[in-house]
Amino acid sequence: MPYIPLTGPEKRGLLREIGVSSLDDLIRAIPSALRGPEMSLPEGMSEPEVQRLVRDLGALNTSGLDFLSFLGAGSYDHFIPSAVQEVISRQEFSTAYTPYQPEASQGTLQAIFEYQSLMAELTGLAASNASHYDGATSLAEAALVALRHTERPKILIARSVHPHHREVIRTYLAESTCRVEEFGFTAGGGFDRQSLAAKLDADTAGVIFQTPNFFGIVEDLAGIADQVHANKSLLILSGHPASFALFRSPGEWGADIAAGEGQPLGMPVSFGGPYLGYFVTTQALLRRMPGRIAGATEDADGKRAFCLTLQAREQHIRRERAGSNICSNQALCALAACAYMTFLGRQGMREVAELNLDRATYLREKIAGIKGFEVAVSQPIFNEFVVKSPVPFAQIEKKLAAERIFPGVALETYYPELRNRFLVCATETKTREDIDRFAEALAKC
Amino acid sequence: MLISRDDRLSFEKSNPGRRCVTMPKERLAKASVPAGLARRDPLLFPELAELDAIRHFINLSRKNFSVDTHFYPLGSCTMKYNPKINEWAARREKFTALHPLQKPETVQGMMRMLAELEDGLREITGMDRFTLQPAAGAHGELTGLMLVRAYHASRGDSKRMKVLVPDSSHGTNPATAALVGYRVIEVKSNARGRVDLESLKAVLDDHVACLMLTNPNTLGVFEENILEIARLVHEKGGLLYYDGANLNPLLGIARPGDMGFDIVHVNLHKTFSTPHGGGGPGAGPVGVKKHLVPFMPYPLVEKKGDGVQWAPKPQRSIGRVKSFHGNIGVLLRAYVYLKMIGRDGLLRVSEGAILNANYLREKLRTVFPVAVDEPCLHEFVLSLKQAAAKGVHAGDVGKRLLDFGFHAPTVHFPLVVSEALMIEPTETESRETMDLFIEAMKRIAFEIETEPAKVKNAPYTLPVRRPNDVLAARKPILTYRDLLREEAVAAEARVG
Repeated sequence: MPYIPLTGPEKRGLLREIGVSSLDDLIRAIPSALRGPEMSLPEGMSEPEVQRLVRDLGALNTSGLDFLSFLGAGSYDHFIPSAVQEVISRQEFSTAYTPYQPEASQGTLQAIFEYQSLMAELTGLAASNASHYDGATSLAEAALVALRHTERPKILIARSVHPHHREVIRTYLAESTCRVEEFGFTAGGGFDRQSLAAKLDADTAGVIFQTPNFFGIVEDLAGIADQVHANKSLLILSGHPASFALFRSPGEWGADIAAGEGQPLGMPVSFGGPYLGYFVTTQALLRRMPGRIAGATEDADGKRAFCLTLQAREQHIRRERAGSNICSNQALCALAACAYMTFLGRQGMREVAELNLDRATYLREKIAGIKGFEVAVSQPIFNEFVVKSPVPFAQIEKKLAAERIFPGVALETYYPELRNRFLVCATETKTREDIDRFAEALAKC
Repeated sequence: MLISRDDRLSFEKSNPGRRCVTMPKERLAKASVPAGLARRDPLLFPELAELDAIRHFINLSRKNFSVDTHFYPLGSCTMKYNPKINEWAARREKFTALHPLQKPETVQGMMRMLAELEDGLREITGMDRFTLQPAAGAHGELTGLMLVRAYHASRGDSKRMKVLVPDSSHGTNPATAALVGYRVIEVKSNARGRVDLESLKAVLDDHVACLMLTNPNTLGVFEENILEIARLVHEKGGLLYYDGANLNPLLGIARPGDMGFDIVHVNLHKTFSTPHGGGGPGAGPVGVKKHLVPFMPYPLVEKKGDGVQWAPKPQRSIGRVKSFHGNIGVLLRAYVYLKMIGRDGLLRVSEGAILNANYLREKLRTVFPVAVDEPCLHEFVLSLKQAAAKGVHAGDVGKRLLDFGFHAPTVHFPLVVSEALMIEPTETESRETMDLFIEAMKRIAFEIETEPAKVKNAPYTLPVRRPNDVLAARKPILTYRDLLREEAVAAEARVG
């Protein structure tokens, strides 16, 4: 049997040492009525057979390498330095447990500390946790922090925040005494200041924006922090983390919490996971931050050492009085992000952001030139934008499939009023030829 | 010197102008950032040459214990071997380069994998339907308790505000119940480590929404009255939740669904061999019985003709619990494991886990007392109460074990045992490894008698010794900038 060293003779030896004659003697506590269930499952296979099976399954998939993909909408295809995969493939990292024993986990702990440092730097805030499940759950936890911190019952979210993220926040708060309200966006796709002003009230615990927002638009949040803070609410910002190397960071906008999707920092699109929820906050809210946190300290010999810290916030200590129930997080994804940011370094990080802006801007210019297609060219974008097409999106999708292109994501699914509009994304992975080919194919629709 | 002496942070190794990767030079458009939207703060990221950066991370990795280098007898964590074919499969671009919003027709291999994994989990646990979305055990618990709440609410049963958990439960159980808005009531364990039926009856009324149970429990013993417990809870209109952290020894032997559980979560990063990653990512799929299917989160997969599609959103779905479809890379690893093990292998897994745990228990019960002295399933708990009289605590024994090349067992848990040391070897450890561990434990027991200070101050052979966690919490230093600030203050103090 694979992975099990126990041989027949050894099994008898163990039973003898234990002092019983069979396994049955050890499982007597299990009522006999429950034992030996019928299960309709195939027999185990050999490793070559399973490799073949996995290859065959893979062959049934059309990947972003088979097709030219302009899909984004919360999951982004970015270049990943080869060294990142090598780092996270180190078994000393990947097969290690949670670093509760700091002496046996200095590698993981220092990497988390560096991840926290990089995230704090990128977002312009003071303190990061060691990761959340994904952007959606991280934002939901941020909403919970706001509710608890302000002791108010309402979360206000821009409708231009990723639809999945808004849904998850609603799931988390359903049936509670708290409520979620949304404020709208203007025809241009940016958030609607009037709508925000009308809904920001004495009940509002926190206001959530995403920038760049779901439509790819970099929001102008001038004056927002003052407005939100004057109302004694918290400002929570989400957004594509690489954009913060070029555009204003959440900290610079005056956010209290930055929480969102960290997948672009070195994780492949992977059909939606595993990804990385980043959660970064101010010194003032540090002790309300959920999840694991690594800190620097001294060891018994006065040497610098790292350990998990502020654990009194967490479920394994505080049980039902903990602020969050999170235990396992996305540690290896945080390591990937740490390696990604380190390998890109100060210059590389900025260049990646510039290239995203460049490729998306070029694609927007190309599409603007196609008869019948409309794009808002005056809006500041990062790496995606909305296209209005003269024909139903399904038709475009079908035509472009013949050209081996994934054209984008239909917005009508999430916003019924946005008919014939779709979201296209071009990251630094796209070349001039890729974009030209896409534009030519679109022109034929 | 196997472990590098260079303990600096990447930031401290930085040298302006150095870099690893280069990016395309060509610009295709004249794009600029409007002045009011541009980042102004400098980005204090490290600048390293690629060799220095790689050496940095590889040397960090060497400061870790891991399953691939050390035995982890970590109770309730099921640190079994993480097969390499899992990693081989999970790295394939035919899976990693799929965008989550592609149409199902273009990802049929992926969809089929998800459907077959769900089938496997259903058969193994005896449940009717699974969501693969939850990202971890605690996330599964959260999903499960949201289902409990939605179920009772749908029946207009709004008085159920209590969730029962045994006093031996994992911390995530009460934390989750509280997060969903329930009042947590602890149920006492009896002298044999099981839920005390009389204590249960005393708190069981029609205000109970659900009982959360780990079975076998954290003392490593099976809740032998489970059928009676299920009857009592259901009789009062409550639901029964199964925390799947300890499912490993039941594979092929018994199923939570047959025991009467309404909801289960399975930790794929425990029972189904996916690596812990230094704390994650895991996956905590949640299975339910028929009466809870209408409330399930979505998306769910569904076989249709020859293919697999996304199922329509369940009528009264609690909604999404995560963006997209779950920790796919973890699900794929678990699928591969299930294919390798198969129906015949499941029993060998549970049998190996039970035999190994009982072998260790038998050999160690004369060294330190066992909390519940009877055959266990996958794990058992030693109590170091007597050692504590010498000033040596369970945590100290854990630290000393590191010097012998073993990861510490789970220490000071479950809370019902004083000075607990919780040991789970899993089926993938050989007898030779366990014998070395037994020797180390005996040696430490001897040291407690003869030179307790040696145990109290351990470890001696690791990169650091006893980091001061009180200091860390009192004066949090959580980033490189914090560290710089702290060093500046210290330097000033020296000058002053």
